[in-house]
Amino acid sequence: MARDPVCGMEVKSPPEISLVYEGQTYEFCSLSCKTKFAAEPTKYIMATAYAADKKATYRIDNNGIEKLQIPIVNMDCASCAVNIEKEIKRLPGMKKVVVNYTTELAYVDFDPSQTHVEDIMAAIKSSGYRAGRSTLRLGIRGMHCASCVSKIEDELRRTQGVISASVDLGSESAAVDYLPSMIRIQDIKKIIEELGYPVYETGAPAAAVAKTRAEAEEPVDENQLAREKEYKTLMSKFIFAAVISLPFILFSYPALFGLPAQLQKGSDILRFIWISMSLLSLPVMFWSGSHFYTGAMAALRNRSANMHTLIATGISAAWLYSTVAAVAPGIFPSEELADVFFDVVAVVVALVDLGMALEIRAKGKSSEAIKKLIGLQAKTARVVRDGKEIDIPVEEVVLDEIVLVRPGEKIPVDGVIVDGSSAVDESMITGESIPVEKRAGDEVIGATINKTGSFKFRATKVGKDTALAQIIEMVQQAQSSKAPIQRVVDKVSGYFVPAVIITAILSFVVWYNFGPAPELIYALIVFVTVLIIACPCALGLATPISLMVGVGKGAENGILIRSGEALETAQKLNAIVLDKTGTITEGKPSLTDIVTVNGFEENAVLQAAASVEKASEHPLGEAIIKGAEDRSISLRDPKSFNAIPGHGVEASVNGNWVILGNLKMMKKYEIALGGLEQRSQQLADEGKTPMYVAINGKAAGIVAVADTVKPDSKEAIARLKKLELEVVMITGDNQRTANAIARQVGIDRVLSEVLPEDKAFNVQKLQQEGKMVAMVGDGINDAPALAQADIGLAIGTGTDVAIEASDITLIKGSLKGVVLAIQLSRSTMKNIRENLFGAFFYNGLGIPVAAGLLYPIFGVLLSPLIAGAAMAFSSVTVVSNANRLRRFKPGV
Amino acid sequence: MAIDQIIITIAGLALAGFVAWFFWFSEKKATRIQAGQSGMQEAFITVKGGYTPDVIVVQAGKPVRLNFHREETAACSEQVLFPDFKKQATLTPFKTIPIEFTPEKAGEYNFQCGMGMLHGKVIVE
Repeated sequence: MARDPVCGMEVKSPPEISLVYEGQTYEFCSLSCKTKFAAEPTKYIMATAYAADKKATYRIDNNGIEKLQIPIVNMDCASCAVNIEKEIKRLPGMKKVVVNYTTELAYVDFDPSQTHVEDIMAAIKSSGYRAGRSTLRLGIRGMHCASCVSKIEDELRRTQGVISASVDLGSESAAVDYLPSMIRIQDIKKIIEELGYPVYETGAPAAAVAKTRAEAEEPVDENQLAREKEYKTLMSKFIFAAVISLPFILFSYPALFGLPAQLQKGSDILRFIWISMSLLSLPVMFWSGSHFYTGAMAALRNRSANMHTLIATGISAAWLYSTVAAVAPGIFPSEELADVFFDVVAVVVALVDLGMALEIRAKGKSSEAIKKLIGLQAKTARVVRDGKEIDIPVEEVVLDEIVLVRPGEKIPVDGVIVDGSSAVDESMITGESIPVEKRAGDEVIGATINKTGSFKFRATKVGKDTALAQIIEMVQQAQSSKAPIQRVVDKVSGYFVPAVIITAILSFVVWYNFGPAPELIYALIVFVTVLIIACPCALGLATPISLMVGVGKGAENGILIRSGEALETAQKLNAIVLDKTGTITEGKPSLTDIVTVNGFEENAVLQAAASVEKASEHPLGEAIIKGAEDRSISLRDPKSFNAIPGHGVEASVNGNWVILGNLKMMKKYEIALGGLEQRSQQLADEGKTPMYVAINGKAAGIVAVADTVKPDSKEAIARLKKLELEVVMITGDNQRTANAIARQVGIDRVLSEVLPEDKAFNVQKLQQEGKMVAMVGDGINDAPALAQADIGLAIGTGTDVAIEASDITLIKGSLKGVVLAIQLSRSTMKNIRENLFGAFFYNGLGIPVAAGLLYPIFGVLLSPLIAGAAMAFSSVTVVSNANRLRRFKPGV
Repeated sequence: MAIDQIIITIAGLALAGFVAWFFWFSEKKATRIQAGQSGMQEAFITVKGGYTPDVIVVQAGKPVRLNFHREETAACSEQVLFPDFKKQATLTPFKTIPIEFTPEKAGEYNFQCGMGMLHGKVIVE
């Protein structure tokens, strides 16, 4: 039996109807199928390859032309197809490009030697559309050489539906970008397994490897393991060096500890002990302190120097001198010069090791925020496929798929609810602690937790596009950016270590020439102390570690800071421009007032107005209907509905004739308004939109709707003012409405009747007053103004978090986020300055003191032991100070 | 001035001069990488107490992939940062971790470890 490639019917072999194409015989059930096939053979061959569920491969014809089908997910108009085509055609080696709007597929014939599939995907992206792709991560066992890697990669890349594949020998894993519509995960696994390598899903272990379930669910963080291992190694190195230091200290200062006479300087026993100490120092230097030497050597090879260079030079000098003094004291002109400093070697190594170990611990805490974010990702999703509910890995969820979520479960990807309702805890993404009520039509964010009800939603963003993935990406980018303040440090640190070495040498010379006797001993002590006290680490760590904690803290509170520069600028702000609609206010109208006259009851007036509006599609009407629903008023179906543009609407409700409209409407029907007109004016003054209601030809009252102020806007604006920011409101509304809102929230300066395109210009005008201006807006209409401002804060809308024009994105729609963002930036910058001050102060003071600057005046000279302790704890201090930021709480 | 003092002074000054020259003024060896068939400019960098090689010359406009292989567990080198490209990677010890970016403009772009102790640079021509 063979399969008809066109209709998929089984055909008896040998066939009655067949066709030879490119050396392959295809069999058909009927002539019409054959004709169809002959017209467009490639289309059906590709389909066959997939349907047959074989090792699907790219179709490469005799001319070496590759044929590719790519699903496009967000095409919403026929002209989109043309745009995508144009963009792809610009690539080299394109033979045929057809984008079909109805099938949402791009058919591309191209020369693979000139262009890679990835470039085509990139072209689709740059034309503003997305190709439906997913990423699969798989663990692969049994790879022993680099050739295995290329074998698997090549095979995967040749496979139809795979966009790119990268296999990593080190982590024994593969990352495969593929088109879920063309190839299934099982097929990808099968291909690798057919090559002879067992695969397993990362996180879920292969059956062959015995792992506990708990371990399987929590993928082991290799970096964390490495960090733990390093910590343990450093601790054992520290303990070894510390244990050895104790007798070293004792025998280095026999007079100080009052040792018996036979152990005093000059005795043979002590000399013997010193020689043993010299030997015992070797494991301290080359095991406990091995990293100093390897680090110094590596740096030296690159003609650079770092902390390791300083420590290695310092302890080596101390050891060399001491060993000569112990082995051949005779070569020194005077006996007192034959002194040893083995204690310095051991103590410095011990302390610096301890410092480094503590630093690892502290730094683990600094990067907790990003780890938490990564850990938020759901692992599985329950989807409906072929009418059945199945659990699949979250990576396999395809766009537009229907996903089921039960109470207590994590929402796997971003989407829109299609059925059901629930309360969702979004605190991990937005920082908002109160669960949000969601029903059909509402957006849900992946990684948030469904609390009460079950619902189904349609996946709108999967894989790298989810809000969480974008947040992680943004946080990582910001954490790897540099704050401008860092530039000073960079300049200094380039010269720092060699300058310390030169200082140490020059100090040695000065002490040798002008110091007190024994000159050589003093000169050596000063040389070693200067090298050891200098701490380039504290300097280099000061800014990035605080930035990391600060940006992470922001993300925890729903504030995404784009870069270190944004953070630094945000604390210098002195004016803040708030867009009215959607920023200060909810951005959509709601019912605010009901006025009644002539004995009508509020609910009756509202019921009449809302029932009429049921037939209209006006947004203000929606507000009235919602207002009625909120009061549980049941609505009637309006009859003989009539809308008069620019005036209002009328209809018959429950046998009553209801008119709803403006003054013109009332005048048209000659309805006596009495005092209502004045009341209406009053409402309009408050920035509301009043509508008259008349029932059976008699004035019944007014319903007023307005874009209401968000509940916490007023408080947030008061706090902004407390932060000594000039708060300005900008809006396209007329002055009266604008002033009404401004009064409500306590804003003094209002820029009203500003056209959307003039917002950026108005921001610029404020900047010309010499102010550092922040603009808060929605990121879409306000994009130019956000970009013009020194800091653009975009109020996020749902799952769209990576807003290009903004420096800071607030995931939660509240103005309190703005306050928090500014407070956080101030706290972080304060922390950075503390760190920098500490590091500069420490080095700036420590080095001259170590060089003996205080000696001529006060007779004070630093011991190399104290220098070692100071150095070891200076960088721990910097990290600990940065970690204080983790306790950041928004102040009032 | 005694003879030993003169010797120490001269030797000290000479040594200081040498340190300055060695670290600041001597020509650093740069590694030039060529684009492969795919157009990717790819280099391997060993991370052990420093970056080897630490000066990499690439061409503008073409994608660059730097494969970092960290051969130590010392915490200093755990992260590598490319602030100009806003890229960072946590280098898992004894694994090859790639960083990719496309430099558009010619210039010198520094990269460094998380603590700013180890430095390297990409020269874009």
